[in-house]
Amino acid sequence: MSEFTFLFRGRDTTASPEQMQKAMQKWMAWFKELGDKGYIKYPGHPLEHSGKVVTGRQKTVHDGPYAEAKDVVGGFTLIEAKDLQHAVEISKGCPIFDIGGSVEVRPVQRLSM
Amino acid sequence: METGDHLFRREAGRMVAALTRIFGVHNLALAEDVVQDAFCRALEVWKFRGVPDNPSAWLMATAKNRALDILRRQRTARTFAPELERLIESEWTLAPAVAELFSANAVKDDLLRLMFSCCHPRLPEEAQVALILNILCGFSVDEVANAFVSRHAAIEKRIQRAKKVLAGSKTLFDIDAPADFSARLPAVHRALYLLFNEGYHGASAQSAVRAELCREAMRLAALLLDHPIGAAPTTWALSALMCLDAARLPARVDASGNLNPLFDQDRTLWDRELVIEGLKLLEQSAAGPELSEYHIEAAIASVHATAGRAEDTDWGKVVSLYDALMRLRPSPVVALNRAIAIAQRDGPERGLAEIGAIENPDRLAAYPFYSAALGELELRRGQHETAREHFRAARALARNPMERRFLDRRVSACERGVTTSALSA
Repeated sequence: MSEFTFLFRGRDTTASPEQMQKAMQKWMAWFKELGDKGYIKYPGHPLEHSGKVVTGRQKTVHDGPYAEAKDVVGGFTLIEAKDLQHAVEISKGCPIFDIGGSVEVRPVQRLSM
Repeated sequence: METGDHLFRREAGRMVAALTRIFGVHNLALAEDVVQDAFCRALEVWKFRGVPDNPSAWLMATAKNRALDILRRQRTARTFAPELERLIESEWTLAPAVAELFSANAVKDDLLRLMFSCCHPRLPEEAQVALILNILCGFSVDEVANAFVSRHAAIEKRIQRAKKVLAGSKTLFDIDAPADFSARLPAVHRALYLLFNEGYHGASAQSAVRAELCREAMRLAALLLDHPIGAAPTTWALSALMCLDAARLPARVDASGNLNPLFDQDRTLWDRELVIEGLKLLEQSAAGPELSEYHIEAAIASVHATAGRAEDTDWGKVVSLYDALMRLRPSPVVALNRAIAIAQRDGPERGLAEIGAIENPDRLAAYPFYSAALGELELRRGQHETAREHFRAARALARNPMERRFLDRRVSACERGVTTSALSA
């Protein structure tokens, strides 16, 4: 088994309470399914949508992230899967696609001596 | 999952009510932003961490903290609720005051304040109902438009205008002034009655949507019953009417989405608990001399609810109740229902004569069940051709596929010469 990071991008701030609740129920069901199948290495964290970005030799501090709202990483999860293809298949069940979001699937590099 | 039925929607109303009390009604938009923000946070955190043990408390705490943050940062730039100004100004009193304002009891009163504020005399009734659905029941503009089978743009305009009036009213309605409370109460009853009826008789084809509207109206009526002045005989009568009508909802539409009129319903599907609750409320409503239209309508519903079979219905009693309703609140729809009851008691000819005598029948011109009633009575006296024409006219006016299918079935019943089945739903 290998490890993969799922980076979730995109959120819908205009949904109605009912739609939000439905979205949440879908997320819970998806995470539960992944957990039941043993794919979750670490459930991860949501990330605040505001913060600071420090750049360059001058270490300039900006309000960030710069990206458009839809491109801001909203959270991450660590997944265990057979290979990249398997991890991609797993990601396809993510409810973030319902709101036009994305999942970035990145293999975690294995460090060997 | 543990968040229960429509938790977010319900909490939306509670949060916005508490926040408008703290921020002042002129900051309604700000209150709505804070609510939206709380939901976004809940969605983000809960999907990773699971639903907290008390999701409602989590949401309220999030809204409260955000409110504190806003009050601290903007108290010099913005004016908030004038009556709370002194509490908000001082850091010593701010946090305990806000905590107190978010307590369950305070929020219950806030919901009433907002509900009474929504029934502002400057707002037309349909705007009051749309506003209640939007801010107190957490329906988005799209969801209100869907429930009313209206266009999004029309409903959006209606709600925006209503919010302007509400935000412009400077303060929330004062529920602690008994005379004002009693004076505004009839408007609140009316709005809840219309909300319930939109669910019960309205044009939406989705029975889940309709049941939700009925449930929301009942939930808000229960808030009134929980208040010392709100718990008036008329409120009991209105609640009785809602319970007794809602009891029939499970039988009104069958499993394949077909509309079943009262006469054809499987009465074993009626919700017994709601019937019992409704009869109890109706009895309570008889305390005091007041006789409202809700008393009479609830009494009519109780005649149906207690008839084991359609043919056991005491039509004489129903007719006399409609007579009383015509004296108290005459309308072409009431007159039509009265004529139908007379047809049940005295036969189709008498019913048709009564329908012919309705004043202002043009106000029923767009109502499919006016032509449908004529069709039923003609069919019953063997005039299949005439009956079919009436049903066809009714079908042309049908507001959704459910009504259309029902009227199609009646048209083909005329063609087959079947004379059973019946009228009001």
